[in-house]
Amino acid sequence: MEHGTRDIKSSTFCLTDEDHTLANALRFTLNQDPRVVFCGYSIPHPSDAQVNIRVQTTGAHAGLVLKDALQNLRAMCQHIRSTMDGAVKEYKENPPVEAMETEETEE
Amino acid sequence: MPKVSALNMPDVPMGQLPPHLELQRTRVSCDKDAPTHTENVQSAGAYTSVGVDNSLCLDQFRKNFRVTVVRLTEDDMEFDMIGIDPSIANAFRRILISEVPTMAIEKVLIKNSTTLVQDEVLAHRLGLIPIKADPRLFEYTSENDNPNEKNEKNTIVFKLHAKCKRGEPRLPVKSDQLKWLPGGSEFKVEKPSGPDSTPETSPQNKYTNFSCNQDSMPQFANNPIVPKHPDIIISKLGPGQEIELEAHAVKGMGKTHAKWSPVSTAWYRMLPEVVLLQDIEDELAEELVKKCPAKVFDIEDLGKGKKKATVARPRSCTLCRECIREENWEKRVSLRRVKDHFIFTIESSGALPPEELFTEAVKILEEKCERVIAELS
Repeated sequence: MEHGTRDIKSSTFCLTDEDHTLANALRFTLNQDPRVVFCGYSIPHPSDAQVNIRVQTTGAHAGLVLKDALQNLRAMCQHIRSTMDGAVKEYKENPPVEAMETEETEE
Repeated sequence: MPKVSALNMPDVPMGQLPPHLELQRTRVSCDKDAPTHTENVQSAGAYTSVGVDNSLCLDQFRKNFRVTVVRLTEDDMEFDMIGIDPSIANAFRRILISEVPTMAIEKVLIKNSTTLVQDEVLAHRLGLIPIKADPRLFEYTSENDNPNEKNEKNTIVFKLHAKCKRGEPRLPVKSDQLKWLPGGSEFKVEKPSGPDSTPETSPQNKYTNFSCNQDSMPQFANNPIVPKHPDIIISKLGPGQEIELEAHAVKGMGKTHAKWSPVSTAWYRMLPEVVLLQDIEDELAEELVKKCPAKVFDIEDLGKGKKKATVARPRSCTLCRECIREENWEKRVSLRRVKDHFIFTIESSGALPPEELFTEAVKILEEKCERVIAELS
């Protein structure tokens, strides 16, 4: 859902059934986009599962910028997943021999 | 005087930040009174004036992002996640705790309970028992409590029948006495008998509507569903007391109730970094080693009776700041945290191994993105 669409450069997007989990991660990817002048999010009421994300850009369509941010986040997730799988596989193939020892000294 | 561009600054390295700014950007410094530079600079244009691009470049992310597993056991895992923003690390943590689904007991049909434990307390205790069943093999049940919709794809039924005979000592009822009923509920719905009552075997007379036995399904044939731990005490029966009940487990999420949370905890901390700003020798070195309750420092023997302090185990630093509390120590030792290095720990409660839980959490964040992308298009 989108509010304030008179100006394509700045919009507020209302996401239902979302919370800080997505909104904060999204704010990060949005902020990292050079086209974004301002972005932020708010949860109008803690009892409502709803977040408002404000995006203001230098000229690009705010909706497209948000979509790019989402796609970036998804691409990051995919990379994290494959990296994680690789790391777990590597650990299972050659588990560290002194794992127990270092654990004891650390505690 | 020749004209010189204001941007001609030979002492400012273009393309990289001056060291003090780089330190502020990448490290939290833990000073004696309070931590400083705790914020993360997210804005893409934050360092434009010094010619540094702070924007997100996926190739850069792919190059820098690393994961190393430190410890991995059946239900416990610790790994380092390097090169990631806290907002994303926190998203995974939040999803692990509240949005990765598991199976937990939601409905308890109590036929008889003469124990001291009240029925609702007993039901609550049963709900909290972790069940070793892969939630990915099940579907969510619908909101309404319709027995016809409780089928082999969304419900697990357990039976508990325990009795303490008169004249015998008190009998603890443990979670291994919960017996899986692959065929669904065995209780009959009591209805007033009349000419229009349905026949005994009709599905309307049962609390579930299984079309086949769960143990005949390939995924459960050699993998029976049991509580994760066999020794959880559910109740204690006194002589003559009895419990007979049926427990129906369904799929759910931690944000509805903590019993569905797949982790006992999932947390992360930033990597501590301990830097000796000057050589610390002899008595001072001894003093430093003695100061640290986490045993971060070691003494290196330089020969000729000379000793030097070294940072041997920075990971065990708890940032108690004991080493910089006394005067003059702040200029010798610097305590920092690396902002993009997370030591992530997942303690699974048993439904799935921790590494799979993490993969599921990442998938859920991806699904969230996809959902919004679909709504925007």
